[in-house]
Amino acid sequence: MDRRRAAAAAAGLLLAALAACAPVEEGGGPGGAQAQRTLTVFAAASLTEVFEELGERFERDRPDIRVEFNFAGSSDLANQIGEGAPADVFASADSRTMRAAADGGRTATDPAVFVRNTLRIAVPPDNPAGIESLSDLSDPGVKVALCAEEVPCGAAAAEALGAAGVNVTPVSRERDVKAALTKTELGEVDAALVYRTDVRASGEAEGIAFPEAKQAANDYSIAVLTGAEQTGPARAWMELVLSDESAEVFDDAGFTAV
Amino acid sequence: MTRASPPSEAAGGRLRVRAGRFPWLLVVPALIGLAFLVLPFAGLLARAPWATLGTRLLLPEVRGALWLSLTTATAATAVAVVLGVPLAWLLARAEFPGRRVARALVTVPLVIPPVVGGVALLLALGRRGILGRHLDEWFGLTLPFTPVAVVIAQVFVAMPFLVISVEGALRGADRRYEEAAATLGASRAVVFRRVTLPMVGPGVLAGAVLAWARALGEFGATITFAGNFPGRTQTMPLAIYLAMQESPESAIVLSLVLLGVSLLILVALRDRWVGAV
Repeated sequence: MDRRRAAAAAAGLLLAALAACAPVEEGGGPGGAQAQRTLTVFAAASLTEVFEELGERFERDRPDIRVEFNFAGSSDLANQIGEGAPADVFASADSRTMRAAADGGRTATDPAVFVRNTLRIAVPPDNPAGIESLSDLSDPGVKVALCAEEVPCGAAAAEALGAAGVNVTPVSRERDVKAALTKTELGEVDAALVYRTDVRASGEAEGIAFPEAKQAANDYSIAVLTGAEQTGPARAWMELVLSDESAEVFDDAGFTAV
Repeated sequence: MTRASPPSEAAGGRLRVRAGRFPWLLVVPALIGLAFLVLPFAGLLARAPWATLGTRLLLPEVRGALWLSLTTATAATAVAVVLGVPLAWLLARAEFPGRRVARALVTVPLVIPPVVGGVALLLALGRRGILGRHLDEWFGLTLPFTPVAVVIAQVFVAMPFLVISVEGALRGADRRYEEAAATLGASRAVVFRRVTLPMVGPGVLAGAVLAWARALGEFGATITFAGNFPGRTQTMPLAIYLAMQESPESAIVLSLVLLGVSLLILVALRDRWVGAV
């Protein structure tokens, strides 16, 4: 009898865990009689804060729609879309990834560039290595983290360093911009090249602007996907992202208007 | 296996399938389990661009990453055995206050996400970490971004597998053999070396294989604590992850290389050292 009770308890726990995992309707919606439609947005990780805020506005205006996000690295998202992941809209952190998705026949609308992000030199709070310009990063005594060239921030960093004619041997090629930023915040490296928005979001690292950043800006672009089930809401979302109303939110986060 | 204690022989006898009745209850779930483990692997094989496999193997970055992976995983396993076997003995055989807590602490690296483990290692052993700060001040030694950091990250995630496996073997071993040796005048060290270790040998070996495999596949703690630099800290899993950013095909090829090499080594070792275990 004991074993049976234990099994029942285990099953109960499992059910409770499953229930906890199930999506919960956000409060504030209509009584529940009306079926809600779900808009699925795949977006670059650096858009997390801004898109979540825009998502709240969108849901307030269109109570019949719930916006769900999948935030990850742009190329990871493009791979998932290529493998048939159910997404309505894709917003990538660079135009290269978007072009690949468009060439693969995955986009239903022409990709539109909505904001731009530029690089900054991020340094730990007290700037221990006394970094002032891009050329300081080539000092062999300075530990630098760059993004790997396979990810957008690494490609941008290579472009900026190339434009400046500065040769940097990093101690690490990080997998994404947040990892590079974390190593700076912890003081493990003296400097890293990250986006302006990341410095803005970081409470600790300080950002140093440099002129060559202009030559290596990342253009964020958005498109409705061919596999979209919610074409109408997807187009509405794209319009919201491109609207003047959103420009302010992007500006607050450190993005540059195009 | 002739050394095996009587209880395991008895178990072997009971498990033998009785004639005339097929054990469906065991075989069906076993086959489903096997299929579940093998199916994703079949997916990899189906998508692999076989034509480019040879040329990729010849790339210096790939060979560098493979060599680094094999050497660091082996070094990590050696460290895990040297530190982990005594730790397992302590947990299984010694009576001391806080033993339960210590046993739970050993499993911490299994539970926390490896990336968090990497951050924890940075906070402890990094340039500004609680211990790392002094290493830097006193000896000018900084661990992050070095191959040593790769090994440290791997030991951190892999040693629990060895400790748990050896501790289980120690608990299952018949203590009367040790007691008999002790009454015959053997010292503690001699008992451990001549009686205990041979008895739990298969457990140590199984634990070492688990630890090696876990170290070989280690990604999160490594990239966080040791960073990613080709030739210095870029192991195969890191190279695979980055290849994935550009083309899934090349990532698949690299994964197959890692899988093939590790399977080859494990099978070779198994035949040579363990016979039919």
